[in-house]
Amino acid sequence: MNSTPVIVVKDLKKTYDKFEAVKGVSFEVYDKEIFGLLGPNGAGKTTTLEIIETLREKTSGEVSVAGFSIDQHPNEIKKIIGVQLQAAGYYPSLTLTELIDLFAGLYNATVDPMEMLKQVGLEDKHKAKFKELSGGQKQRFSIATTLINQPKIVFLDEPTTGLDPQARRNLWDLIRKIRDNGTTVVITTHYMDEAEQLCDRVAVMEAGKIIALDAPDALIDKLVATGFERKKEVKKANLEDVFIHLTGHEWREG
Amino acid sequence: MMAIARASFRSIMRSPSAVVFTLLFPLIFILVFGFINGGGIRLDVALDGKSDLHNPVFDSIASMQGIHLVPGLTKAEIDHNLQKGDLDAIINIQKRLADNTISYNVDVTTNMASREKGIIIRSMLEHLVDKANLRAAAMERPLVVLSSKEIQVREYKTIDFILPGQLGFSLLSSGVFGTAFVFFNLRQTLVIKRFFATPIRKPFIVMGEAISRLVFALLGAAFLILVGYFAFGFTLIHGFATFATMLFLSALGLIVFMGFGFVVSGIAKSESTIPPLANIVTLPQFLLSGTFFGIENFPEWLQPICKVLPLTYLNNAMRLVAFEGAGLGDILIPLAIISAWGIFIYALAVKFFRWE
Repeated sequence: MNSTPVIVVKDLKKTYDKFEAVKGVSFEVYDKEIFGLLGPNGAGKTTTLEIIETLREKTSGEVSVAGFSIDQHPNEIKKIIGVQLQAAGYYPSLTLTELIDLFAGLYNATVDPMEMLKQVGLEDKHKAKFKELSGGQKQRFSIATTLINQPKIVFLDEPTTGLDPQARRNLWDLIRKIRDNGTTVVITTHYMDEAEQLCDRVAVMEAGKIIALDAPDALIDKLVATGFERKKEVKKANLEDVFIHLTGHEWREG
Repeated sequence: MMAIARASFRSIMRSPSAVVFTLLFPLIFILVFGFINGGGIRLDVALDGKSDLHNPVFDSIASMQGIHLVPGLTKAEIDHNLQKGDLDAIINIQKRLADNTISYNVDVTTNMASREKGIIIRSMLEHLVDKANLRAAAMERPLVVLSSKEIQVREYKTIDFILPGQLGFSLLSSGVFGTAFVFFNLRQTLVIKRFFATPIRKPFIVMGEAISRLVFALLGAAFLILVGYFAFGFTLIHGFATFATMLFLSALGLIVFMGFGFVVSGIAKSESTIPPLANIVTLPQFLLSGTFFGIENFPEWLQPICKVLPLTYLNNAMRLVAFEGAGLGDILIPLAIISAWGIFIYALAVKFFRWE
């Protein structure tokens, strides 16, 4: 992993009426890493993300994506990013193939819908309609739509929320694969185990501010260095390991 | 943009409500009104049981146009049906023999409920009686001779009135309901937000949607006109040119009505407020714009309202084009009024439009 920044955020602020959702955050996302934005609900993760994605106006601060400023070249940015929204919708009655065609049209790209669906393991579902998919399948499809323009950076907003452990692991594999293909991934989540497993670096947000930013391991080491100890001795496995062991790894269609 | 148009078109084709409102409803109305042929007036007449049936008077009554003899009723039923208005008249014909000459007595009873029909029946019978008496009197030079002429005109069929109205109705509901619901839902389900994350420019999203609706509605309009033309003899006076002009009018009408749809989807706070709002727009036009019956039939105080609504002008323009063979140049006034509505409503739409 190199440390060339592809996203630079400087003192970003966002105010809704009188409420300050983002109170001046600064961070950089490096090329080809998985960068996690962590924090409780309402910490400002989604707002920060949507400003970088050019979906929301900022109040002040500076943001540049792959060298393009969000003020001057929002459309250049749109061309090189892939965005998965927390709750995006698609025309409910179109099939997956038709939806991929639609998005290819929006990017002026030509793609083979089957190839795209294969990347996310949905090739069997190419005739299904979006509304007929399960939660995990919807998220996988949603990620497939972000890859159509072969983006430099993809943004995933809570992609694993509400999924079962199998679907979650499955999605982690997919996200790692995207990173390994040379795409930078910015992801928000409030599952710490997920961030620990998946992210190269994480920023922890709380009440509109970034209160920590480092590799997960480094953050853990820092905490341990302060003398922190878990109340209970950590076992070599946890309940989720038991669950996965019992119910298997394979993808579920539920 | 075309990608959105294509996707949205597929989406419309798969939405049952769009197909029902744009095609099925108008088609049903056209079928219903198409089969109620405007075959003039029908007078239900029963003969009193004691009537004499073997005489020339009865024969001429039975053969009169519009008279429909209801057979096989008892005296009580006949009286009852006349009371209820199911029968328009009871006729009693009696033959009298006095001084070796035969004469007839025709008795007619009508009811107050169907007074106009009663008047028609009476005058028909009077005419019959007069003629018979004249003949009996062997009058060779009548005092007054009435000669009447009916000029030959193109037949104005029910379908010629109904079809343009239904076409207007179809465009109105497709434009208002379709647009309002689709945009509200796209916004609500964040489909539009997802589009924003792609390089497509905002106006193209709206235009893509509009194009697909336009294509769909014009296909619907073409379908209705062709069904009317082939199945019910709808008059297309200049053939294809008329057809094309009607499609042009349909497109114009739809664009204006879509403006109403945008306004509704802009001010609706939730999905459940769309139907009432959309109905406020469509229902008055549906009833007052000459969709089913001409606006001349409305009371005077209502006329000004009728004469404001855009659908009135669309319907009138359609009828002028289809039946009178008007070209676009002949319907500039309705076109101008419809366009004025368009400008007005889109100004409102821009004000109320919301992306999220």
